[in-house]
Amino acid sequence: MEILKKYPKSIQWLFLLIVFFTLCNTIDIPEGYKFIRAQAEHIKDPNQVAYSFLGVEVRYYPYDTLWRLPPFIAWLPIWLNDSMDFLLNDWIPIEIYDAEIQEYETRPLILQITRIISASILFLIQAFREILIGGVETVVAFTSWDWIDANPWAELPGLPWTIVAAAAIILGYKLNGKGLAIFSAITMIYISVFGQWEPSMQTLSFVMVAAPISFLLGMVLGIWAYRRKRVEAILNPILNVMQTMPHYAYLVPIMVLFGIGDHAGAIATIIFATPPMVRLTLLGLRKVSPEVIEAGKMSGCNDFQLLFKVLIPTARRDILIGVNQVIMQCLAMAVIASFIGAKGLGWNLLLALNQLRIGLALEAGVCISLIAVLLDKMSLAWANKQTDYFANLTFFQRNKFGLFFVGSVILGLILAYVGSIMFKQGFNYFYEVPHNKGISTEAFWNAGVDWVWDTFFHSLKIFNTWLIVEVLQPMRAIYLRMPIVATFVLVMGAGYIIGGIRSALVVGGFTLFIALSPWWDRALVTAYMATFGVIVSVIIGTIVGSLCAQHNYSTKIIIAICDILQTFPSFVYLIPVMMLFGVTDTSVLIAVIIYATIPATRYTVEGLRSVPSALHDAGSMSGVTRLQRLFKIEYPLAFPHIMLGINQTVVFALFMVIIGAMIGTEDLGQYILKALSDAKGGGKGLILGLCVAFIGLAVDNLIRTWAEKRKKHLGIA
Amino acid sequence: MSSTPVIKCESVYKIFGANAGKMLQESNGNVDAKTFQESGCIVGVNNASFEVSEGEMLVVMGLSGSGKSTLLRCISKLTDATSGKIFIEGQDLSALKNKELIELRRNKMGMVFQSFALLPHKTVLENIAFPLQIKGINAKDCISKAMDMVKLVGLDGRENYFPRELSGGQQQRVGIARSLAVEPDIWFLDEPFSALDPLIRKEMQDEFLRLQGVLKKTIMFITHDFDEALKLADRIAIMKDGIIEQLDVPANIVLNPATEYVRKFTQEVPREKVLKIKSVMDPEDSSLELSELNVSKDAIIEEVAEKILSQDKPVPVIDSNKKTVGIVKPSKIIHTVFGARKEDS
Repeated sequence: MEILKKYPKSIQWLFLLIVFFTLCNTIDIPEGYKFIRAQAEHIKDPNQVAYSFLGVEVRYYPYDTLWRLPPFIAWLPIWLNDSMDFLLNDWIPIEIYDAEIQEYETRPLILQITRIISASILFLIQAFREILIGGVETVVAFTSWDWIDANPWAELPGLPWTIVAAAAIILGYKLNGKGLAIFSAITMIYISVFGQWEPSMQTLSFVMVAAPISFLLGMVLGIWAYRRKRVEAILNPILNVMQTMPHYAYLVPIMVLFGIGDHAGAIATIIFATPPMVRLTLLGLRKVSPEVIEAGKMSGCNDFQLLFKVLIPTARRDILIGVNQVIMQCLAMAVIASFIGAKGLGWNLLLALNQLRIGLALEAGVCISLIAVLLDKMSLAWANKQTDYFANLTFFQRNKFGLFFVGSVILGLILAYVGSIMFKQGFNYFYEVPHNKGISTEAFWNAGVDWVWDTFFHSLKIFNTWLIVEVLQPMRAIYLRMPIVATFVLVMGAGYIIGGIRSALVVGGFTLFIALSPWWDRALVTAYMATFGVIVSVIIGTIVGSLCAQHNYSTKIIIAICDILQTFPSFVYLIPVMMLFGVTDTSVLIAVIIYATIPATRYTVEGLRSVPSALHDAGSMSGVTRLQRLFKIEYPLAFPHIMLGINQTVVFALFMVIIGAMIGTEDLGQYILKALSDAKGGGKGLILGLCVAFIGLAVDNLIRTWAEKRKKHLGIA
Repeated sequence: MSSTPVIKCESVYKIFGANAGKMLQESNGNVDAKTFQESGCIVGVNNASFEVSEGEMLVVMGLSGSGKSTLLRCISKLTDATSGKIFIEGQDLSALKNKELIELRRNKMGMVFQSFALLPHKTVLENIAFPLQIKGINAKDCISKAMDMVKLVGLDGRENYFPRELSGGQQQRVGIARSLAVEPDIWFLDEPFSALDPLIRKEMQDEFLRLQGVLKKTIMFITHDFDEALKLADRIAIMKDGIIEQLDVPANIVLNPATEYVRKFTQEVPREKVLKIKSVMDPEDSSLELSELNVSKDAIIEEVAEKILSQDKPVPVIDSNKKTVGIVKPSKIIHTVFGARKEDS
């Protein structure tokens, strides 16, 4: 009784675990249960049971409901798909004048809307692209194919790479001086010399359209939510789901609505990149101190001035983080969007990965990362720029950047012309280094991979086998062995202990959705991979973070490393691990661990560093040793923040697990990937995405509630 | 002009809470903070009526939560008063349209904030030029005007610094310069020196008095520091729980506290250090023989006490034009310094 009063929570946890394991042990695996067959496939099998709902027939293997729930929402994806089809193809037909065939035709409203959106985005991307690398379609958009045929000179020639590079360097110099100029130069020259110019410019044009649209959309929504509480209340859950949905999940519905191509990729990217922008805009605006707002009002600002001259600039720090996120997401999506036909580096990278040409993939990956870092730095520098009111400048000084640019255009044109004479045979390297005609280090990397394989094959293989046989397989088996009742008891019990009945219901609701979907077993596999990744990441992250947080210098270094690593698109992480471990679960997991360790480390460092120095002093004066200080003072106080890091780790890990489907896993990701090639996969993709999101949100709910309580307890809320 | 007060409040109430308006109506102006609190309303300002005339400095003094900042925000219309009327130069504030309010703020009002409220992304110069830019004045005029302000508050050489690069005192100088940039007639200061170190605070108070000596604005100054109030004010309003307990000139507040609450503030105050000669002087009496010495009416008693006490005869009091405006007897000084305090304690 004494113990029970002293540690009520611990006893509750103990009790919960006892019930959980008893359930696991008493409920046997039903006969005929097979992992692969556990979901509703559309194969006829006499052992299956069927039901029909909303005109959708669902077949499934019936098991004891204590073991697995029947897939009562298996009709939902198909129904969703049918509804989408109906909306797109039959709903409200309207008369449209088609200029090409010069006739009126009927077209459903939604289809017309999506076509207009597609066309305008495609036009923007193409316009950028043709300025950068040439083409005719922008001109065609204003004239016609016939006109172009008659006037072949009208084709946009595209800029020589020297001019684009010079422009980037001048811009870098103007924005932030020498450092950024040098970085621009390195990026541009790397891209060109390695023969990645064309795909890079394609990707760039894609990002130049998607990023500003995401930025604007996110800002507008963020401001709207800031002004109206109700909008925020509606947006919040939507954003939650959107931010935890894996990237793939958007692709199928977008493919259905907007078709395939660069515009579809851009739309997917916009949808994915907008939520963090909304969040950070809102966060930033909320943080503006009321006195600053009052100061603005007392200066006589009207609403418009208050918003654009006071609120937004003051919230700039957070909004800039938003911009950084947008750019990061855009480049991460540049790869994933190539699944639905976005051209550029992503497509090359995907192709190279598929052919297991690691060196080639690496080069494309480095290109994407360089562009990401460059754009990020430029946008940051642009926002930090200030005006000098007192400089009394000459015409030359005022316009020197413009003059330099004009000069570089002339020089570039001359160079391109000289090039066309110099390189009579073959390619004009001063105009554009063609794809695969630049320097390639592929042979080097491939040799490297071969060498790694030759030298470490044995040890890698032993490690790989050991990990799979001794750790991963048993862990997976344990997860699959969980009867559904036991799972519910565990998650809802945890929810109850942490956050009371409300949390229990929320978490239970998320789990129920997955349990009623046809993909419960797959979700378990996803959960097992994510759990493994999270555990290892958290261990590595907290240890590295704790060590680095001990000194100012190492803190700075580790935060800088985290910053850079976070700018890499998630796909890039798959490349080196595939070099080492080939196409196995181990590769995916290691990529997951590397990727998910970033937030774990960052938040640990930030948490430990945010402990007030007065407490350090108080500790020192009480005579604590360094270790005591870490465990008695720093960890307890930093814990809520570290927990938020773990929360991020979970989301990152889930994303990577799903992306890992690219190199073959057996979880939800695989099914999302399958849905991509399924004509009726739209609904499936969405529901699968929701399943992944709900795993993330359930964990998020638990951790967040717990961290909030802890914070309140510590008085740092 | 002198007949209309610059600021005039008529039974102003500010009550926070969902159905504050309704409750106020039912209470018929008899607001009891406790009953309101029980039904979830918080009383910010409770029946405030007063006037501030041109060139006068009214200091509103109260502890935190006394409603002094809320009162100021009602008058600057950063919040709307729940009931009551506020007139700025005879204009009813509640009748103003949004556009007129903005015009009023752009041309007539300046405000300084406790936490400085500078825009972090703008330099000192840009911060000071901000209200001018908002008004739509062209960049060149803005900058030259702002530069004048920079000089006025003694920040020349730092105009291109960012607020984060300045000390607290310097930041508040920027805040003051910004509030003065549009040359407002009415100047609101919300605990401008409370966030500063004592030494800097004293320096800023002296600076402020110097500025006011030059500018002669109509001022509402909020503080929680009674000494500061005594040092600066023409008149002081002492607030508690939203109610103005006493509104009077400093000397009267010190000498005749109206309520027990006010008395608590005044009893530890060393009179000779805060009272000026003018608050203890007697009217001129031609029958009396005067001393050859004279003292300024604005001199603090402490500074001239020794001089006066060394005389047998009453000392004439002169104003800034050397004109005799009254006399002060040595016995009055002794009574003020020692006698009154005895009564109090």
